[in-house]
Amino acid sequence: MSGGLARCGWVLKTLLSHWRGHPMQLATLLVGLILATALWSGVQALNQQARQSYARAAAMFGGARTATLVAKDGAAFSQDLFIALRRAGWAVSPLLEERVQINGRSVRLVGIEPLTLPKETGAVARMDGGELRTFLMPPYQTRVARETLVSLGLHEGERPQLRNGQSLPPLAISPALAPGVLVVDIGIAQRALQKPNQISRLLVARQPLGPASPLSEVVGDRLQLVAPQSESGLEQLTDSFHLNLTAFGFLSFAVGLFIVNSAIGLTFEQRRPMFRTMRACGVSARTLNAMLLVELVALALVAGFVGMLAGYGMAALLLPDVAATLRGLYSAEIPGELTLRPAWWIAGLAMTMAGAVAAAATGFIKLQRLSILAAAQPDAWKELQQRWLKRQGLLAVLVTGIAIACLLFGHSLGAGFALLGTLLLAAALALPVALGLLLQISERWASRYRRQPLLQWAFADSRQQLSGLSLALMALLLAVAVNVGVSTMVGSFRATFVTWLDDRLMADVYLDAASNEQAAEIAQWLKRRPEQIAILPGVRAETRVAGQTIELMGLADNAEYRRRWPLLAAAPDAWRSIAQGDAAFVSEQLSRRAGLKPGDTISVATDAGHWPLTIAGIYADYGNPRGQLAVDGDALVRHFPKTPRTRLALRIAPPQVSRLVADLQNTFHLGERQIADQSEVKAESKRIFDKTFAVTAALNAFTLGVAAIALLTSLLTLAGARLPQLAPLWAMGVTLPRLSAIELAKTMMLALLTALLAVPLGLAVGWCLVAVVNVRAFGWRIPLHVFPSQLVELLAIAMVAALIAAAVPLAKLFRMPPARLIRVFANER
Amino acid sequence: MVLKIVALKKTYRAAGETVGVLRGVDLVVAARESVALVGESGSGKSTLLHLIAGLDNADSGVIDLEGENIAALPDSRLAEIRRSEIGLVFQQFNLIPSLNVADNLAFQARIAGRYDEGWQAELIDRLGLGDLLRRYPEQLSGGQQQRVAIGRALAARPRLVLADEPTGNLDEATADAVLGLTRDLIRRSGCSLLMATHSTRLAAMLDRQVHLANGLLT
Repeated sequence: MSGGLARCGWVLKTLLSHWRGHPMQLATLLVGLILATALWSGVQALNQQARQSYARAAAMFGGARTATLVAKDGAAFSQDLFIALRRAGWAVSPLLEERVQINGRSVRLVGIEPLTLPKETGAVARMDGGELRTFLMPPYQTRVARETLVSLGLHEGERPQLRNGQSLPPLAISPALAPGVLVVDIGIAQRALQKPNQISRLLVARQPLGPASPLSEVVGDRLQLVAPQSESGLEQLTDSFHLNLTAFGFLSFAVGLFIVNSAIGLTFEQRRPMFRTMRACGVSARTLNAMLLVELVALALVAGFVGMLAGYGMAALLLPDVAATLRGLYSAEIPGELTLRPAWWIAGLAMTMAGAVAAAATGFIKLQRLSILAAAQPDAWKELQQRWLKRQGLLAVLVTGIAIACLLFGHSLGAGFALLGTLLLAAALALPVALGLLLQISERWASRYRRQPLLQWAFADSRQQLSGLSLALMALLLAVAVNVGVSTMVGSFRATFVTWLDDRLMADVYLDAASNEQAAEIAQWLKRRPEQIAILPGVRAETRVAGQTIELMGLADNAEYRRRWPLLAAAPDAWRSIAQGDAAFVSEQLSRRAGLKPGDTISVATDAGHWPLTIAGIYADYGNPRGQLAVDGDALVRHFPKTPRTRLALRIAPPQVSRLVADLQNTFHLGERQIADQSEVKAESKRIFDKTFAVTAALNAFTLGVAAIALLTSLLTLAGARLPQLAPLWAMGVTLPRLSAIELAKTMMLALLTALLAVPLGLAVGWCLVAVVNVRAFGWRIPLHVFPSQLVELLAIAMVAALIAAAVPLAKLFRMPPARLIRVFANER
Repeated sequence: MVLKIVALKKTYRAAGETVGVLRGVDLVVAARESVALVGESGSGKSTLLHLIAGLDNADSGVIDLEGENIAALPDSRLAEIRRSEIGLVFQQFNLIPSLNVADNLAFQARIAGRYDEGWQAELIDRLGLGDLLRRYPEQLSGGQQQRVAIGRALAARPRLVLADEPTGNLDEATADAVLGLTRDLIRRSGCSLLMATHSTRLAAMLDRQVHLANGLLT
């Protein structure tokens, strides 16, 4: 046993001694692993941070994780039902919640009854005696997360004021609370929300109080039990966003692994003589493989640890943009500081090691299949490489078939990503075959028509170099294609969004009065103004359709709405039906989710009973994760009499906007967040839009950077192996500067061919994103626009990256002393 | 008797044709005997040595090494035999480029668990490697590299040394010196030697010669 261990130790020491003479290769391997780990773990850190926050929110006061009792129409109900259920043995706890405005920010006000709150609903439920006393007794407490306090612009101890004039108890920070929530005693909430004796829902504890009467005996059919879900609504909503991030992270991880695969492949090839000698001296194949694996795992651990640190840094850098995206897209709040669990570290390191082993797998397989003697024959490896390229081509065809199957038969978002993944994989596998074919044709053209031996040699040599560079070129192809695809998608979205925004924001001024009375007063004041002002009241409400909370938006009867409302499909006389009050336009995402089309009918729960509506049309509603129905404004008010009528949209000649806004502010003391002119709203919307895709842009840039590093490291590590090809030309009279220029031209040619092939691939990726992934993820479809200037810009960036990658090895060649070149011939003797 | 080969056959496929390299070779090497395997280039000398060392598989026949037929052994047992019973010297030296002279010399002995400091010192002294111990193979001349290779092959005190054209890359004077050293060290260590060479002059320096031609030994 000890002899075996000593033997293993010597074998491992010998393997590690290789890196002393090849520090560049070691650096390449480590850099590849570090980059792959950093990008993957960084994205996972962001996802984990967000998901922890959703889980906290979901677990808190039940959310979706606790069974709840709700009214069948979703409305608030009397707390008498709570008392009756407690008496009947049900372990229920009342909760009243509603969104409120404080300092222009929308937050969720939650009123709880902490003495009956189930323990599984979070830390607030586990308040100790002192905390309970402070919470339940004057001056009471409003508990809030630190991030929410900061976003409201308030301090601990201050009493927040609601828009309806009510104030809340002094603020106190509660670290366990999810962002965007204020928690008070339920009695305080009932007073502040002007809902005496009303509750929104009852949380049902897992442990009953004792034998409980059946629900129907206690409350009849007034309440229904909603079972706990494994996923909260927010988790479901944001699933697609996080899937997008994960897909990006995985792509970057794969590109980083290309670097690793390239480095390991080259290391295996260069250590061939060492392997042969060791095997000849009596090292068994099993011992050699085992020690190679130990070496790889040790390197992966070191690189993985550094990569995790870098990933943490990257996540911390991107977190503000991700938080802004989630807030803008989903109204989800996540904390601005990263807090990571040990599981993140373990998972990240495990991923690094798995990735390293996967990247080295082909090297190990090749090593197993070659006999000791063949390992010494240089041609054996090359023949194997040629056979592998042919197999790669066949694999590309197979994977293309899978991609087509995903397109034709897949309907889920996962199938959409599988389509993207297989499309990219097929293209990457086919690249070396395609390039080889192009170079072969060029070589024949050069020999037949140009008769310039150096040109012919350049094409032939490029073809021979292909196997060594193929991985780096595949990485470049993927990076450029994804950049083209995502940029095309974002650009198409932006172009569509801007046009849509112009149509949706057709009013010149938007204002939100403090109360219905003030709104009426403002309307009267506006009618007395000398300017021509069209007043369009805006009303909104919430209800449930197809099991989801949706928005109801009231439309004023106005010619401008009819002209500019972004309808994608409409029934005949759609606007007349809307004006009659028994029809609705449905947003594109709701129509897809609920399978609604013009002519269908739905019934909507309202304060005044059920409201049957015929679908008159479908309209675009980009950026809104919730479904929406647009109905006649007056009809909406009739069905939701308690809904605030504080919003007004005003149409006025643009030069008069700023004066009108100033007069309104001065006369009615409207705050900045209560009045906005359309240009500001549009600018803010565009800013949120751009910020939303800032994360995508950052990840795009990272991926392209990783691909450039892949090319650089491949060229550097191949530089030494190039000498036997270059030395004979130098001996025949081709100067080193000329050789360097030819090498540069060859590298740039390969990079350019790759980048050009990436463009149509990228457009296909863009189409997949627009027509498949986004539709399944968000529910809306945008037309695909192509931006030639953007494509040229991306190509230029790719070529600059290739130029930088080629510069270092070429500089080495340019300055190479003749003695080094002569050694090539000495070694061959 | 250290080595006994009976009816050994080996064919290769090249350019779509089957070539019979060894067509029924019989050979015996006694203990402490040095035998020269003489033949022209391409006669199959290297193939025979590779088969004896277990680096390749014969089509048929028996290779009896110290009473064990190695033709049918698994890789792990072959590896064990190579590190403990056989020392290999190649024409291309095949030193490990990332190890210095001292580590290259000791490599096989260490993995065989037979490292003997005294024997190592004696090898270093006799091979004249004392001043070169910290150098790396790329810093040595051909003759120096071959001396290190010979030292590595003998360091584990094998029963049989297989040398494949060990002086093929050396000039005549150096070749004579290296072969003389080798022969002396082989005698001193008590092992047998089977050396492939195309030079009848060098073959004459050993105890016995066998000729390989047309796939058969004479």
